[in-house]
Formats: sequence, structure tokens, C-alpha cells
Amino acid sequence: MQVRRKRHRAGLVSLLAAVSAGSLVLSACGSSKHSASSTAPAGGASSQTASSGTGSSGASAAAGDGNATTITVAVVDNPLMSTIEKLTPDGFEASHPNIKVKFVTLDENTLRDQVTKDVAAGGGQFDVVMIGPNDIPTWAKNGWISDLTKDASDPAYDVNDIIKPIRDALSSDGKLYAVPFYGESSFLMYRKDLLQAAGLTMPANPTWQQVADIAKKLNDPSKGVAGICLRGKTGWGENLAALDTVVNTFGGQWFNMKWDPQLTSPAFKDAVNFYVNLIKDAGEKGAANDSFNECLNLMEQSKAAMWYDATVAASTIDAPPSPIAGKLGFAPAPVVKTKASGWLWAWALSIEGSSKHKDAAWAFMDWATSKDYITYDAQKNGWAAVPPGTRVSTYQNPNYQKAASDFAALTLQSIQSVDVNHPGVDPQPYSGIQYVGIPEFADLGTKVSQEITAAIAGQESVDTALQKSQGYAQQVAQSYK
Amino acid sequence: MTTLTATPTVNALRHTSPVRRSSWVRRLPLLPALVFMIVVTQIPFLLTVWYSLQSWNLLHPGTKHFVGLRNYKVIFTDTIFRTAVFNTVIFTVLPVFLSMVFGTVIALLLDRHVFGRGFLRTLIVSPFLVMPAAAALVWKFTILDPVFGILNYFLRPFGVHHVDWINAHPQATIITVLTWQWTPFMVLIVLAGLQSQGSDILEAARVDGADGLRIFRSLTLPHLRPYLELGVLLGSIYVVQAFDAIFMITAGGPGQRTTNLPYYLYEAAFRGFDIGRASAMGVVVVIATILVATLALRLISSLFSDEGMAGR
Repeated sequence: MQVRRKRHRAGLVSLLAAVSAGSLVLSACGSSKHSASSTAPAGGASSQTASSGTGSSGASAAAGDGNATTITVAVVDNPLMSTIEKLTPDGFEASHPNIKVKFVTLDENTLRDQVTKDVAAGGGQFDVVMIGPNDIPTWAKNGWISDLTKDASDPAYDVNDIIKPIRDALSSDGKLYAVPFYGESSFLMYRKDLLQAAGLTMPANPTWQQVADIAKKLNDPSKGVAGICLRGKTGWGENLAALDTVVNTFGGQWFNMKWDPQLTSPAFKDAVNFYVNLIKDAGEKGAANDSFNECLNLMEQSKAAMWYDATVAASTIDAPPSPIAGKLGFAPAPVVKTKASGWLWAWALSIEGSSKHKDAAWAFMDWATSKDYITYDAQKNGWAAVPPGTRVSTYQNPNYQKAASDFAALTLQSIQSVDVNHPGVDPQPYSGIQYVGIPEFADLGTKVSQEITAAIAGQESVDTALQKSQGYAQQVAQSYK
Repeated sequence: MTTLTATPTVNALRHTSPVRRSSWVRRLPLLPALVFMIVVTQIPFLLTVWYSLQSWNLLHPGTKHFVGLRNYKVIFTDTIFRTAVFNTVIFTVLPVFLSMVFGTVIALLLDRHVFGRGFLRTLIVSPFLVMPAAAALVWKFTILDPVFGILNYFLRPFGVHHVDWINAHPQATIITVLTWQWTPFMVLIVLAGLQSQGSDILEAARVDGADGLRIFRSLTLPHLRPYLELGVLLGSIYVVQAFDAIFMITAGGPGQRTTNLPYYLYEAAFRGFDIGRASAMGVVVVIATILVATLALRLISSLFSDEGMAGR
């Protein structure tokens, strides 16, 4: 028996060792949880077909790999960003043989976490980062991002061509800190064919009540078609973006002028109840997991009749190869007490303060946000699909006006009608339409959006969700009073 | 079955080498590993303790200062932290228990001589080999999605329509995914136990007229006991850190239904950038884990004691 015991023990020990070694390997695999996709341009770019004249420079690019500067660019995983990733080898690297561009594509929430961590800790993981207007004031003050005023003053770049509200949102103290890749407001997209079949018409300036009535009539669970697709996914840039515009136009706000949180005020409650009930009555199933990309998918699969979201969505769903291109109508963001209620957002490129390749980084940003990029993209993918909301010249271009006739004018009008400092009914002590322009909002907004998701999922009542949210907001407000 | 804590090296030393110097020579090869362990685990832990005494938010550079135990006070009055502790217990106990039950049943079946056993084993083990993040995405979008998911597709003939599984049953979703992922691990361990059982004893029992159930209860189960304990112990150590499935599928929500300690810590550190509070949470978690693990090992498990197994 003694012998057997010993063998037995040895077996157990080696099993323990094998199992822990195995799980080490597994956890190593698991740590690549952020699906970082990066292009591998490795020379493939030098096979240019269009520019035979620059053949020699292409050859030297392949030969001179040793001197090439690699810049790392962090972008959000939205459709227009995957376009630029595809266009970069031929469009940029071919003409800049000494610069290689490595894209890191992340979903919106992860991108914010990663980029903020990198700039705040001076990690230098990225050279060019994609950020939004809410980051500009604090990040500029902290020196986390570089002043681009001088670079952008190059006449060829034509910085004044950038739409003014967007340019202002990306500036701080009169200095430009980021250049927009695309800009957006929000509006309502709807299927003209489905409305017509149901004998309905969309008013020119719909109110939320009218939109809710139409959504309930178009909602058809037996066919799996939702009346309206709305964001429910957790994240301050996800469900709160859409919800906050509703709150603003219902007359609610996050903080009053004394920094008292207003999340349990009647107007805020009405707005959230309206939004949550609209999703329950006529929204898509599983709304608590849905945001921009999910709703875009549902629209393209004809599983939703209307969609309130970013104006930039039109460039994807109303352009080939979208199966519903041409069937869409567009209306301004629905309102209740305000005249307009669209948000303002830009996904903009900025250089990290700690980047060691600022010249190369600007060279890439110069190209990516130039008029030439828009023309180049149009040649490859058609005018309707170019990045919208950045340059006035895009909207003056007859080709664009023709290709994007359904939504171009409305997009520009929506962007120009926003007031970042006073979007709601009452004055507010912070800037921001669909966010509160303070650094703590990333954390506060996420917590509140978790509660909203719980309410949408039916896990708790709107009252409970807002009661808890009010508590989170009170903690943050203390340092501003 | 003697101790596991005493390493084989030490046992060997006691018998063969009474001289001190030569014992150091024998330990020397271990030294790099020891230094490495100290560098990657103990020094970061001490730093974390130091950070946990600071008010330090990365979003407000230049405001770092010493605050003593204030971060700990904040944590212990934080209701979300309590929810996270509770969720961590649920997300550890249930998946480990369920995967142990399923794992034992599957291992018993796999221990028989069936056609294509090798193939079956590979299939059964595969959930453990898939990257957790990838598996989580498959569960989220391919299986449980209310519109496109195959679960609803297969349940449609039975009158189930467009159930939003993830949001209607967030905790059950996470428990299911974790159980699915860790069952193969238990299968492997229990299977190893079953195959180390001598066929002579089983034969003798059969000759004595014992039926299958009796053999299982009186012979197989006692024999498997250390393996089951090992499975539960290792399973708990790994599952308590569950993050991938929660991050990918529910993002801690809806509300805080699926926020466990690792995820809440992630939120404090990488969304709130509150390094002080996050460090304090980390310290509390480490101390609590050590306490619970020690208690559990002393009270329940016979794995690390001579007496426990001697009674067998």
C-alpha cells in the first residue's frame, strides 16, 4: 500500500504542476482580450498601380525599411475608420516612404480607457489618438496633447475650411489641439418605404411624441421589425449620448448653476421614463446591449424602421453596398421644449504630448483630415461614403451634394444649430450637450449609464436608477461647489 | 498521501544531505525563481499598499498627496463594493460547484470504453482551450443574441420568442459561461483520478457482489476525494478572478448585477483613474482572499494534511 500511495502522490503533484502550467498559457492567451487589429503593410504597399512616376520612391521605400518611422494610431472601430485603415498603404505610405502607420482599433469604451491611461501616465504607447471634444480642455491644460495651431496654419491645409462649431469644440484658449476625422450631430433616420406602406408621414420637425406614435405603429414583433432602434448599451458615450439629448429637450439637466445634481428632477425623470418606455413599447429587442454599430446592423438587416443616432450613420447605411441605400428619409433630432436637440461630436485626431514622432504624426494627420483624403476616399468608395461633418468644402462640392442629397444639408444644418454651452432649457455651469465637460464624467457617466441600462433591461425601475445616479452625482459635485 | 506543501527538494535534502553548505548549493538553482517571484509579486504589492494611502487621481495631475486610511474608509462605506463582493462569491461558488458536478459526470462517462473516446475527449476539452474573450463573444452574439442568436432560433418551435437572455438573466448568463468554460478543467482532473484507480480493487468488489452504485459510493468517491478537492481549490483560485466574460458580455451590468471585484477594480483604476481607491480595493481583496483561502484549506480540505488522508 505504501508504494501505491507514493505513486499516487507523485501523480497528483505532477498533475498540479501540469494544470498550473497549462492555465498560465491559457491566461497568456486570454490577456489579448482587446481585439487590437493592426495592418501589416509590410512592403505590399509598394505595388502601386496608379503612380508609375513615383516608382523609384516606391522602390526606395521597400529598400529603406531600416530608417522608417512607425507611428501608432489608436482609432474607434466605426466603419469610416476601417476605410482609412484600408486606404493608408496606397494613399499615404506609398507617398511617405519613411513613415509606417500601425492602427490599433478598439471599441469606443475600451479606446477611451486605453487612451486616457496612456496620456495620463505618459505611457507613449500611441502617437496619434482619436479623442472627442469633451477631452480637449483638460487634456490641453495638462499638456497631454500637443498644440497643433502652427502645423495647421499651413495654407495648403486650409484650417478655416473646418466647420466652425467643430473647430471651436476642438480648441482651447484659441489654440487648436485636434483635427476632426469626422464630425457629427444626431438626427432621426427612417425607412420611407415602411412609413409609406403604413400610411404615415414624418413631420418636417418631429417632436418626440410624434416619433413615439409612429414607432408604435411601425413596431411589428411578428416580423421581428422594431419601430425604432435606440441605444441602451452601458457607456457615457453610448446610451447616455442619445438619452442626454432627450433630457435636454425635456427641460432636464445634470447640474444646475449651483452644481446641485438634478437627476431626480421631474423633467429628468420624465425624459428617462419616456426613453425607457419607448424602448419597451416599440424599441428593438435586447436594446440594453445595443449602440451605434448594433443599431446600424439592425437597420441594414431591415430589423428596425427608425433610428435616432449620429448623423455620420447616413454615410454608411445610405451608401452602397448598404442593402437599404436609397430607402431612407432623414429628420432633425426630435424635440419637446427646445428648438433643436442634436448633439455635437467629432472623432478627432490628436498627438500625444509624449510622442517621439510628432512630425511623422502630423504628416499622417495632415493627410487623414485633408481635402485630398476626402477626394481620394470618394474615388475609391463613392462620394456618399466620405467622412462627413468636417469641411465646408465637402458640402460645397457638387458631387457630394448630389450623392448625399438626402442627408448632407440636414447634417450641416444640425451641426451648425447646436449650442454646446446652453443646449437645454435652463443655463448650465458646464459645457457639453450629451456629456458633462468635467474629467470625472467618464466615471460618473459610466455609473449612471449602468443604472440606465438596468432600467432598460427591466432589472430596476427608472426611479431607483435615478435615485442611485443622483447619489453618484452628489459625490462628484462636492468638488465643484 | 502526505503533504504537498513540503516540496520534494526539501524532503530529499533531509534524507541525503545534512551538510549546510551543500544544501545551499542545492538551493542555488531555485534562487533566480525566488528573486523573480519577489520582483514580480512582492514589490508591486508593497507599492500598491503605498499607493492605497494616497489620494491620487490620474485625471488631476499634481494633486497626489498622502491621506492615510481615507481610501479604505471610502471602500467600506461604498455600496457598490459590497455588491461586488457578493457577486464575486456567487460567480465563484456556483460555477465551481456546477462545473465540478458536470465534470465528474462527464469524466465517469469518458472513463468507460466507448467508440471514439479520444475524439470525444478532445471535443469535451475544447471549451477550455478557446480564448476566453473569443468564447465570450461567441456566447454574446452567436448564441444569446435576441435577434440573431441560435438559442432563440432553436427554441422558436417551442413558443419562445426573442428572449433577451443576457439582460433578462445577466447573472445566470455569466454563471453558465463560466461553468461551460471550466467544466473541461474538472473533467481532466477527475479523469486523471479515475484512471489512477486500480482495476484490481474494482474487480474484487464486483466479485464480492457490489453493484455499480455501491462501488461508486464506497470505493470510487473516496478515491476521488483529493482530486475533487484539488479541482475545487484550483477552480476557485481561477474563477474568482473571472473578468473576460464579464467585460465582454455584460460590462458589469445591467446596473451592477454582474459587477464582481475584478471588474469593479478595473472600473476604478481604468475608467475613474482613481489609483488610490483602486489600490486600496486591491489590498482589501488580497487580504480577504488569503484569509478565506487559509480558512477553507484548514477547515475543509484534507489536501494539505497528513491526518485527513490517513483516515481513508
